[in-house]
Amino acid sequence: MDEHGGGQERQLFELGRLVKAGLTQPLGLMRPGGVGRILAVRSGEGDVERGLLEMGFVEGACIEVLHHGFLGRDPLAVRINQGMTVALRRGEANAVLVGPLLDQSTGAGSASRQEGPIS
Amino acid sequence: MTAGTLAVESFRPTRIALVGPPNSGKTTLFNTLTGGRQKTANYPGVTVERKSGLLKTPGGHPVEVLDLPGSYSLRARSPDEAITRDVVLGRQARETLPDALVCVTDATNLGQHLRLLLELRQLGRPLILVLNMMDIAQKRGCQISVEALSRQLGIPVVTTVAMRKSGVQDLLGQIDALLNRTPAAAGTAAIDDWVEPSPAAIRAYHREVERLLQEAVVREGAPERLTRRLDRVLLHPVAGPLILLALLFLMFQAVFSWAETPMDWIDGGMAGLQQWLSAHMEESLLKSLLVDGIVAGVGGVVIFLPQILILFLFILLLEDSGYMTRAAFLMDRLMSAVGLNGRAFIPLLSSFACAIPGIMAARTIAHPLDRLVTILIAPLMTCSARLPVYVLLIAAFVPATTVWGGIGLQGLVMFGLYATGIVGALVVAGVLRLTVLRGESQPLLMELPSYKWPNPANVLLGLWERAKIFMRRIGTIILSLMVVLWFLSTFPASPASATEPAIYYSFAGMIGRALEPLLTPIGFNWQIAIALVPGLAAREVAVAALGTVYALSGDEGAVTEALTATLAQSWTLATALALLAWYVFAPQCLATLAAVRRETNSWRWAAFMFVYLMTLAYLAAFVTYRVALALGGG
Ligand SMILES: Nc1nc2c(ncn2[C@@H]2O[C@H](COP(=O)(O)OP(=O)(O)O)[C@@H](O)[C@H]2O)c(=O)[nH]1
Ligand SMILES: [Mg+2]
Repeated sequence: MDEHGGGQERQLFELGRLVKAGLTQPLGLMRPGGVGRILAVRSGEGDVERGLLEMGFVEGACIEVLHHGFLGRDPLAVRINQGMTVALRRGEANAVLVGPLLDQSTGAGSASRQEGPIS
Repeated sequence: MTAGTLAVESFRPTRIALVGPPNSGKTTLFNTLTGGRQKTANYPGVTVERKSGLLKTPGGHPVEVLDLPGSYSLRARSPDEAITRDVVLGRQARETLPDALVCVTDATNLGQHLRLLLELRQLGRPLILVLNMMDIAQKRGCQISVEALSRQLGIPVVTTVAMRKSGVQDLLGQIDALLNRTPAAAGTAAIDDWVEPSPAAIRAYHREVERLLQEAVVREGAPERLTRRLDRVLLHPVAGPLILLALLFLMFQAVFSWAETPMDWIDGGMAGLQQWLSAHMEESLLKSLLVDGIVAGVGGVVIFLPQILILFLFILLLEDSGYMTRAAFLMDRLMSAVGLNGRAFIPLLSSFACAIPGIMAARTIAHPLDRLVTILIAPLMTCSARLPVYVLLIAAFVPATTVWGGIGLQGLVMFGLYATGIVGALVVAGVLRLTVLRGESQPLLMELPSYKWPNPANVLLGLWERAKIFMRRIGTIILSLMVVLWFLSTFPASPASATEPAIYYSFAGMIGRALEPLLTPIGFNWQIAIALVPGLAAREVAVAALGTVYALSGDEGAVTEALTATLAQSWTLATALALLAWYVFAPQCLATLAAVRRETNSWRWAAFMFVYLMTLAYLAAFVTYRVALALGGG
C-alpha cells in the first residue's frame, strides 16, 4: 500500500473536508432519487466490507438510490455506475459513506471514451 | 509416463468449466453448447447440482463442459459458491482439476464482472474470456475492442450470444485453438498458493478493471431504460406488493385448474391399469402387491406431476425473466422480521407444490443458519399432497354454503388451512431464530438483474430436469416405501373369524391400535390411527387407507364419494377439525425427511424436524378438538 501513500493522504484530507462541511452521509440514510459518490467503505466485520466491495460498492463509484421496500423503507435498491443494480439492507448500507457527485467523473461512470481502436 | 498411459489420457475428453457471476448466461451457454446431451447429478456430500455435458469441437476434440454455480468472487459465501471455488481449485472430492476455464461475463456489465476474471487469471490455468450478451450490448451502442482486451489480459477473448448456435462459433474455435496448443503443460503452483482476496486486494482488482475498461471500451452503451421503467412499477411500495400478490394468485389458480385435466388422465390411466391387472391376474400376493401396493401407491404420487410441472413452469419463467429477485426484494423486510432472508421466499414458494423441491431450492441461500431455518419450515407450506385429505374432509363436514355475501364457506376453510400453515411457519422461524438457531443473519446483498424475455430452451430443459428428478425419486424411495407399507398392511393375514377389515389385523393395524390411546385425547379413533401409518409414506395415501379401513371398494372416485358419506356419519365435527389441524403440521412424509437428511447431511436435523412438527401437530389437534367439543362440535 506504500506506493499509494501520497494519494491516500490526499484522499483522507478531501474526506475530512467533506465530512466537516456536512456533505457526507451513510448510504443507509439516503432516499430514492438520491445520488452520490462513494467516499469510503468501512465496516467492523471484514466480511460485510468484502461483500460490499465484491458487489461493486467501492470508493469512487457513483451510486443512485432507486427504490426501497414497502415496510420500514427497507431494503434499498442501489444502482452502481449506471450499471448493475444491487439490493441491500439499510444496516449494511450504513457501512458505505457517500459524498456529493462531483462533476469530474472517473471510471465506468464516465459518459464516453473515444480513444482506442474500433472493434 | 509411458506411451500407454498417454494414449489412455488422450481418450479422456478435455474438461472445461464455465465460471462466471450469476446471470451472466452460463447455463444458457451450457445448454447451447451441449444441446440435449447433458447429465444432471449432485456433487458428492452436498446437494449442489452438478451439470455436465459432452460436445465435439469443430476440430474434432471431445470436450466435457461443466456448468458451475454463479459467483462474484472465488471467496465463497454459500455452499453453491464453495463448489465453484473447489472445482476451480481442484479441491472438490472426486472431481479432477478442469483442463481449462471459460469465464463467462455479461458484456453490458463488465465493470462488475471482470473482477472475477482477474481472480481466475491469478491461478495461471488456461483461460478464455467470454463477453456474452453481445446482442444487448450492440443494441445499446456499446463498443468493446476485443483485441485490446485480449492483449491487455494476455488471454483469448471471444464474444457470444449464448442462446444462438451461431453465436457460440467463436468460442468453439478458441477452445480448439487452446487444445491444439498442448494444454496439459499448465502448472498448478499458483492454485496451491491461492488465498482468499483481502479487502485491499479486491480494491486493487477494482482499479485494474477501471484501467482495462479505459483501454478496451471504445464506446459505452446507453444505460438500460426498460428495467428502470418496469421496476418503477414492480418495486413500487404500493403497486409492487399488490402485483406480487396477483402473480401468486394467478400461479395457484393455474396449479389447481390447469392441472386438473392431465391429473384426470393419469388417474384414469392408473385405474385402467389396476382394472387390467385385476382382470388378468390370478388372486395372489403378487397381484395384491402390484395392484394395492405399487400401482395404487405410486399412482397416488405420480398424479402430482402435472401440478409440480406447472408450478415449476411459473418459477422458471419468473427466474429467467429476472422477476424472482424482485419478489425476494419485496419480501425481505417481512421475512427478516422472523429472522429469514428475502431469498428464502423462492424455496418456500416451491414448497406449496411439494416440500422436496423447496428444500432443494434452499441451497441458493448463502448463510448456513438462514438456510437451515428455511429447510425446517418448508414442510409447513401446504403442499399439494395434503389437498386430497383437505378436500375429502371439507366435503364431508363443511356445508357448501356462502357467507358474507358470496364467499364459499368451503373455500374459506381451505384458505384458512393454507394461512394457518404460513403463519405457523413464520412463528416457528421466529422461535427457532431466538432459540436453537440463534445467530447473525446474512446480509441481503443481491443483484437485481435487468429484465429479459425468458428463453424457451432454458425453461423447457429446466422443466425436463425437474420431471426427471421427480420421477427418479418415485422410482426409488417412494416405490420402496410403498412395498414396505404394503407389507405392513397385508401381513399377517386376517384370521378366519375376522369381524373387522383385514388391515385391522395387519402390522399396520397393530401399530395403529397401539397408537390409539395416544391419539384418543385429540379425538382420533382407531380407524384414523391405522390410516395414519401408511399415510406416513405420502400424505395422500391416507385417503386410500381410510377407504380400506372402512372396507370400501371400487375405483378411487367411488371410494372417495362413499367415504365422504361414511365419514360424515361416523365422525364428529370435532374429530374432523382435529384431523385437519393435524394435517397442517404433521410430518406425514418420509420422502421429505429423507430430503432434509440429504440437504443438511445429518439425521439430526431430520429428526429435529420430525419431533417439532409432531409436537406442533399434536398440540394443534388437541386444542382444536377440545375447543370444538366445548363449542358443541361433539
Ligand atoms: N439477450 C441475451 N440474453 C441472454 C444471453 N445469454 C443469456 N441470456 C439470458 O440471461 C438470463 C440469465 O442467463 P442464465 O444462463 O440463466 O445465467 P447464469 O446465471 O449465468 O446461468 C436468461 O434470461 C437468459 O435467457 C445472450 O447472449 N443474449
Ligand atoms: Mg445458471
